[in-house]
Amino acid sequence: MSKPTALSIGIQRGGLEIRQFMRQRESVVFTMLFPLILLAIFGSVFSNQIAEGVTFSQYFVAGMIASGLVNTGFQQLAIMIPMERDFGTLKRLRGTPMPASSYFIGKSILVTLSMLVQVFLLLAAGVAFFGVNLPTSADKWLILLALLVIGSACSTILGIAFSNVPKTGRGASAVVSPVVIVLQFFSGVFFIFTDLPQWMQQVAAIFPLKWMTQGARSVFLPDSFAAQEVAGSWETGRTFAIIGAWLVVGIIWAIRSFKWERQ
Amino acid sequence: MSTVISVAGLKKSYGANQAVNGVDLQISQGEIFALLGPNGAGKTTTVEILEGFRDRDSGEVKVLGFDPATKGAAAQAWRDRIGIVLQSTEDAGDLTVYESVSHFAKYYKSPKDPREVINLVGLGEKVDALGRTLSGGQRRRLDVALGIIGSPEVIFLDEPTTGFDPEARRAFWSLIRNLRDEGATILLTTHYLDEAEALADRVAVINHGQIIEISTPELLGGRATSLATVSWREDGFTKSEKSENPTALVSQLSSRFNGEVPELSVKRASLEDIYLEMIGGAHE
Repeated sequence: MSKPTALSIGIQRGGLEIRQFMRQRESVVFTMLFPLILLAIFGSVFSNQIAEGVTFSQYFVAGMIASGLVNTGFQQLAIMIPMERDFGTLKRLRGTPMPASSYFIGKSILVTLSMLVQVFLLLAAGVAFFGVNLPTSADKWLILLALLVIGSACSTILGIAFSNVPKTGRGASAVVSPVVIVLQFFSGVFFIFTDLPQWMQQVAAIFPLKWMTQGARSVFLPDSFAAQEVAGSWETGRTFAIIGAWLVVGIIWAIRSFKWERQ
Repeated sequence: MSTVISVAGLKKSYGANQAVNGVDLQISQGEIFALLGPNGAGKTTTVEILEGFRDRDSGEVKVLGFDPATKGAAAQAWRDRIGIVLQSTEDAGDLTVYESVSHFAKYYKSPKDPREVINLVGLGEKVDALGRTLSGGQRRRLDVALGIIGSPEVIFLDEPTTGFDPEARRAFWSLIRNLRDEGATILLTTHYLDEAEALADRVAVINHGQIIEISTPELLGGRATSLATVSWREDGFTKSEKSENPTALVSQLSSRFNGEVPELSVKRASLEDIYLEMIGGAHE
């Protein structure tokens, strides 16, 4: 029998990851349903118009879709990988001929699938209940696609890199979740970004989530709203440049810091 | 017989702690070799260097003619030929025994049949059970199944029978002997001296990062020629005497008591006695 390739083993691992994920009911509910609950609460409470033809709920749906990229990639992996490190999963894999890349391919498949499901659920709820309009031009669809691909890749690699920060699997969620929630507050998910204090906006602009939310708004809000953004435009080029830069930072960080064993 | 594992002058320190301080070992093909030593003696560090998990400071190490510290594609080909059973793990709780074992089979060039391996380790009835529902001993057998699925030429077993009941342990021992009979070389660390005695062709006792002695279990520490302890009851007290010639002592006693000696026993040092004496002595 000839030896399978890193890619084919990675795809097998992806299937296995999904199967394991589906069997953890609590995490399925937490990861998939919680954003929908938030959407229902915020979307219903703040239904006021924030600009001509734009309600806060629409603004919020765009922010939650961007957050979905962070939840399914960064948050999920930065909590899951330290637990696997504690359980000995990673060390055991390290002792087999499995190529290291197969492990990361498997994780990427899990992230991609959960991201697609989450975005779909948020979008469906947004369209059905909160007056979100799907993009009408091919340009906007293309930007959405690029945002999902590059944004999710960035989020995934940063989750892998950050997985070395929590010292134990048990403590991972307590380390990772506050980072995500604070970033969400700073990045214009729960509040309108331009209403935030200047310093908060400047801090948020360093991190990718702010650019992901802005990118999502550029897809789901009417172009007239661009004038309300900080720069008075969608800054699509800068959005992708900064998310792309974080993708590169994440790759270097992950390669330098990833550990297969608990220290 | 060809040498499968060779270690010469191996050293490894963590800061000021010299964990391994000049270990030499030669293990031949088809041998079951047990590494004994107290916690912190350098056992795990030595084995993890052989498994390629840890880098060494100095010394020569070859496993199947390959330096385990090598990285990259060559290391991957080498990993195809070895099997590692780590100390207790608790991963893959959401996969069934069959899913785990058959998935690991895909990592190897010439894996064994997953169902066969599952039966071999005695998990036949648990083939569709989720990992998290297994008992400690069953969990350990799954670890063993995952370690041997790739038809390894060298198997590293780190305290493999922790949590086994006596029957399961005996079944496990015969499994290990079978793997050896198929040609595998086995390096085992254990806390159980009866396990070393039952399984190992040779044992090495390691303490403070150094090998104190390498021998067969029967000859370790001069066990075969050690003094026997003869004890009996006399005048309401238990008396005992160490003797080079226990037979002569017993016949002497027998004539003194005119036949039967009350509560007579003759004991040679057990492997455990010898071992405790060795690691105790090494403390000085």
